[in-house]
Amino acid sequence: MGEALTKKNRFLSSLTEGNSTHSYAALKELEHLDFPNRKTEDWRYTRVAPLINKLLRQSAVRPETENFYIPQLQSHKIVFSNGNLIKNEVADNNRITIKKLETSDLLLNSQASIDEIFTTINTAYTHGGIYIHLDKNTILEKPIEIIHLIDGQNTFAQIRKLIVLEQGAEAQIVEGYYSSETGLSFTNAVSEIIVKDNAKLHLDKIQFESEEHWHINSEYVYQESNSNFTINTITLNGGTVRNGLNISVDGNNCETNLNGLYLLKGKQHVDNHTKVDHKQPHCTSSELYKGMIDDQATGVFNGKVFVREDAQKIEAFQQNSNILLSENASMNAKPELEIYADDVKCSHGSTTGQFDDEALFYLKSRGISEKNAHALMAAGFAEDVLVNVTNEFIKLHINKLLKERFNWEL
Amino acid sequence: MLRINDLHASIEGKKILNGITLEVNAGEIHAIMGPNGSGKSTLASVIAGKEEYEIESGEILFNNEELTELKPEERAREGVFLAFQYPVEIPGVSNINFLRTALNEKRAHQGLDPMAAKEFLALVKEKAALVQLDDKLKNRSVNEGFSGGEKKRNEIFQMAMLNPKLAVLDETDSGLDIDALRIVAHGVNTLKSAENATIVVTHYQRLLDYIVPDFVHVLYNGKIVKTGSKELALELEEKGYDWIKQELGEEIQA
Ligand SMILES: Nc1ncnc2c1ncn2[C@@H]1O[C@H](COP(=O)(O)OP(=O)(O)O)[C@@H](O)[C@H]1O
Ligand SMILES: [Mg+2]
Repeated sequence: MGEALTKKNRFLSSLTEGNSTHSYAALKELEHLDFPNRKTEDWRYTRVAPLINKLLRQSAVRPETENFYIPQLQSHKIVFSNGNLIKNEVADNNRITIKKLETSDLLLNSQASIDEIFTTINTAYTHGGIYIHLDKNTILEKPIEIIHLIDGQNTFAQIRKLIVLEQGAEAQIVEGYYSSETGLSFTNAVSEIIVKDNAKLHLDKIQFESEEHWHINSEYVYQESNSNFTINTITLNGGTVRNGLNISVDGNNCETNLNGLYLLKGKQHVDNHTKVDHKQPHCTSSELYKGMIDDQATGVFNGKVFVREDAQKIEAFQQNSNILLSENASMNAKPELEIYADDVKCSHGSTTGQFDDEALFYLKSRGISEKNAHALMAAGFAEDVLVNVTNEFIKLHINKLLKERFNWEL
Repeated sequence: MLRINDLHASIEGKKILNGITLEVNAGEIHAIMGPNGSGKSTLASVIAGKEEYEIESGEILFNNEELTELKPEERAREGVFLAFQYPVEIPGVSNINFLRTALNEKRAHQGLDPMAAKEFLALVKEKAALVQLDDKLKNRSVNEGFSGGEKKRNEIFQMAMLNPKLAVLDETDSGLDIDALRIVAHGVNTLKSAENATIVVTHYQRLLDYIVPDFVHVLYNGKIVKTGSKELALELEEKGYDWIKQELGEEIQA
């Protein structure tokens, strides 16, 4: 206990320097929170000790930000460098607000008391964020493209987003997380997303940081009646990546789609935790997470679905499929359904296997090399998830990153 | 072109081929017939290089080169083609992408540049027409959701695209109605030349009315027990495989 406390304080002390804006309530709360340890069920397979033992600092902007924009994509561009907002293209429509997030915005809109240590650290120490607000019935023509660049010099980047879609508004957002160099660094990103009555949000998240990078991403989504929320989490690189999706479906006739793709190699560790809380009747939620794991990499999928007592006529579908490419690769998959209503349709499935030998032989028997046969099958495996990335330029970009990362020559 | 000498092969310790000897020359069509379980598909898979099978002894020479030392993909690039008895469905891999990769790897092996997109598409169009393969199927995932007949036509379409020296067609006729059978046979006959050779594995004589073999071999218990002209197929059709068994029985007793 004593040692744990010292570690926490040491870790946090490196963050306080040079910060002016922080929430004192969150600071106070932090005193009572501790980092997850091996007894913390929700973090059982993802150990944060190696991160906590590091001394990190919140770094300044790095001026040389290479061009990480998605080719040909017409978009409103927002760029963060080491957690600092450095570019913010304002929308030309005055019904759309895209601005630097102030602590006051946060307090005003925060709907949940979130007692999770990384989220609370973000609330306490964040020094940059973005606030996106769409007025009633506003439809965003161009997607919003948010680029996060981080360097590898023990940098600690905190990013905070607040996204509010008023009644009937529609938007598409694509986020890309990239490292400008290798080395250990840490991204702690928190988003609060409010999708009001009849509003629709499509989010594509591309994670492509370096192999030593830590990335903890916490999303808190609140859906009101008739709303539609889709997120595609595409993890193509990163050292330790933890995505926590918390969806509170608090209205009738909502649709929720959570899709994920993770292609891992080396010593990567990627953990996707999803939680869909159906509080109201007549909603559908669908989750498809697929992963391919090579070398000594490890994957975690934990999908919780709650259906509350009054939430009748819920249809919840969940599927997690994994391919292990090496003997040392591993996957921990756990669906958790807690259903208190009686008239619901819920299904879940999880598979972990290898590439189909018959299919590999078929490809090779046509003259295709082992490497290309794997690449074809891997791309085919990924396609199930990538079909949900509906913007062709975003999809092309993801495919390009994939080829680059895995040396596919197809 | 192909010379198999006293080939013995097994799978999971179970002996399946018990001394196959077979010679196939350029310009020839050979039919291999035999009852279910006699080892026809095993022979076809061993020629194509399926790793699960263990070659215990014997040799497979392809243009005087030992095939068993080559990987399946290397055999294919050298000109060996297997039309599968059960073509495999590969979700997410588009038929056209798959073919482009295969064709270009073969071209690279021959020292040729990848085929230009336009030329490739023209070739696809021409060869798909040969087996009347629906346009939409080219863009679908490999064999996924194809009917039995479409799968078989897709095999011959691939054969046409890759233009092999030696094609082994494993029960390409099974499950086909008479129209589909004619289409498939027309494809195979069109592709036949003095430079290539075909081995047609079949259970029934029917296909051989359309693809006329120069030789018919009867495979039984992993061994070629009888070889003859195309009339042998008719005789088999008439008398059934029991006739072979009886004949063999007599031989053993004698
Ligand atoms: N993968 C395998 N494992 C075990 N036995 C097999 C396998 N494949 C084929 N066999 C056996 O080998 C024998 C020959 O099979 P096969 O070559 O498919 O015959 P055919 O094509 O003539 O019907 C059969 O007895 C079959 O059960
Ligand atoms: Mg067979």
